[in-house]
Amino acid sequence: MTPEPLPDTLPDIGGPAQPLVTCRDLRKHFPVKGGILGRQVATVHAVDGVSFEVRKGETLGIVGESGCGKSTTARLLIGLIPPDQGEIIFDGRQLGEELSLRELRRGIQMVFQDSYASLNPRLTVEDSIAFGPRINGLDRPVERARDMMARVGLEPARFAGRYPHEMSGGQRQRVNIARALAMSPRLVVLDEAVSALDKSVEAQVLNLLNELRRDLGLTYVFISHDLNVVRYISDRVLVMYLGEVVEIGPVDEVYAAQAHPYTASLFAAMPSMDPDRRTLVPPLSGDPPNPIDPPAGCRFHTRCRYGEPICATTKPVLRSFGESRAHCAACHIHDPASGHSLSGKDFMPQGLPR
Amino acid sequence: MTALLELDRLNVTFHGEQTIHAINDLSLRLEQGEMLVLLGESGSGKSVTLKTLLRLLPPARSRVQGGITVNGADILALSGRKLQEYRGGEVSMVFQEPALALDPVYRIGDQIAEAVRRKKGVSRAEARATALDMLRRVRIPSPERRMSNFPHELSGGMRQRAMIALALACRPRLLLADEPTTALDATVQIQILLLLRELQKEFGMGVIFVTHDIGVAVEISDRIAVMYAGQIIEEGSTHEIIRDPRHPYTQGLLAANLHDAAPGERLEAIPGVPPALDAKPVACSFSPRCPHAQPGCRADLPPVVSLGPRRHVSCLLAQQDIAAQ
Repeated sequence: MTPEPLPDTLPDIGGPAQPLVTCRDLRKHFPVKGGILGRQVATVHAVDGVSFEVRKGETLGIVGESGCGKSTTARLLIGLIPPDQGEIIFDGRQLGEELSLRELRRGIQMVFQDSYASLNPRLTVEDSIAFGPRINGLDRPVERARDMMARVGLEPARFAGRYPHEMSGGQRQRVNIARALAMSPRLVVLDEAVSALDKSVEAQVLNLLNELRRDLGLTYVFISHDLNVVRYISDRVLVMYLGEVVEIGPVDEVYAAQAHPYTASLFAAMPSMDPDRRTLVPPLSGDPPNPIDPPAGCRFHTRCRYGEPICATTKPVLRSFGESRAHCAACHIHDPASGHSLSGKDFMPQGLPR
Repeated sequence: MTALLELDRLNVTFHGEQTIHAINDLSLRLEQGEMLVLLGESGSGKSVTLKTLLRLLPPARSRVQGGITVNGADILALSGRKLQEYRGGEVSMVFQEPALALDPVYRIGDQIAEAVRRKKGVSRAEARATALDMLRRVRIPSPERRMSNFPHELSGGMRQRAMIALALACRPRLLLADEPTTALDATVQIQILLLLRELQKEFGMGVIFVTHDIGVAVEISDRIAVMYAGQIIEEGSTHEIIRDPRHPYTQGLLAANLHDAAPGERLEAIPGVPPALDAKPVACSFSPRCPHAQPGCRADLPPVVSLGPRRHVSCLLAQQDIAAQ
């Protein structure tokens, strides 16, 4: 079945080969103010030089621990906060130059983790969904809202007049998805959109997201800390650590063999689901460092079991390695010229200590 | 040997604008030194069970019926000083959010030492020595320095370690852990799970660990009890529950874990949502969502079928299976 986009979807300008979104060297630092004069005392390096592409029709999963900059990246992507530096290019047009923020928001919509906090408690479901189309001058906002409700599995006759507090978490998250779709976006950013749901309800919402993507030809950026969910829904996965991209690649390749020591540890920390093969040693000790004062060189070198002097001084760049062009990692092990003792040997890091 | 904990047909209801039947006829037995996971989704009554055990529910708004015995002592009969000694002495608890459970204006070392002094009646110096020893046992780096830190000066993982040190400082026989790793990052979660497993062996205590995450349950438990709508619907060893789940709800939960779902394939999601608990169940609570429901499931409470020693499932289908053999 060929996907049939929603009415009023922005036209495809660059063709299928052009990435839907390109981010170049995005940077966002937040000031920390303190003292009685409220002077800036420190800086949170939330996102520090992040570049990636989202291809048309794919789902890009973004994983990482709290404070790694996943959500800040999402907020930069839809223009909720302006970047300090860097470019966002949507279908060939650069935000702020050829593309206005208003147009970008027609093209990109977002679903947040907290289904209750992200809906206006004083608007009925129908009004919430119709609000965006109405202020953007799309025709027939109410019919559009009802159509979207039917698409996400909420019977319009039953739910249109309800308020958010009258619905369950799963139903509210469906409303949020319908509200995002009502703007006929081409890209939907899902920031931990299923994390707050119970497992049985989560599966229902994941099924819905898959159907919508297939039927409407949507592109997703799916942010989650749950590696099982990301493997299930994504085509490619991007791993972040302390505001930087450490690894990116096709889901099967990354899940089969992780190229960055951090990714390997993150995967090894996943519960095993097999009572006979429990984890015996923790893959990493301690908590992630504070993004206020990230370590110099490779930001992971303080916790890395393959760390060498070079890692503390020189920041590794994200590069493809071996045969694979699509699988990239930012680690000196994969740079033959780095001088790391394991480099140039096709060595793949292990998550657990041997 | 007496069981460490016995719950006998426990019922908990909350009274306010409406009545909520949070726990319905729950029976459970925990042997000494066992690690039991209560597995269930939000609203299934896991946390209420733990709070009932510590008698933490507001007496004016809740009614508890049934029997709770810990080491043979009737817990519902405790009051005043006896109840104070029981809480934190015999039975202790680790909460989900250590930032909220620890007192923000007292130093970590002082908080632990205070608990030890009150329960054990030892001198100030001895209590501080115990506190330091506990911080060392939960593997907090440079414990001497951490003794004088405030909770906000510690990272999330460190705070949870301090919380565990506080809970174990008086050597409880039974530790209640309410989703202690849910708020933590993946690489920190596994550290805390391994630590709890080790400390449980070392101290020989019984643990009831509440979680909604099957992966966590598999990592840590000896036994699993699956809860739904305030009841235990299936109980058995970790192997039995994971390898051979009998209740349709347990089967659905395992399928929804996505652990071995092929990318993009349609998931076998359990339809619908858990029931509102405004009335005491008179039929199987899961029957409205159950793919195998029969008229009998909606007419009567399901039978508790015993499949082996300490292996139970509350399901009409399981009874029919046995009858058919």
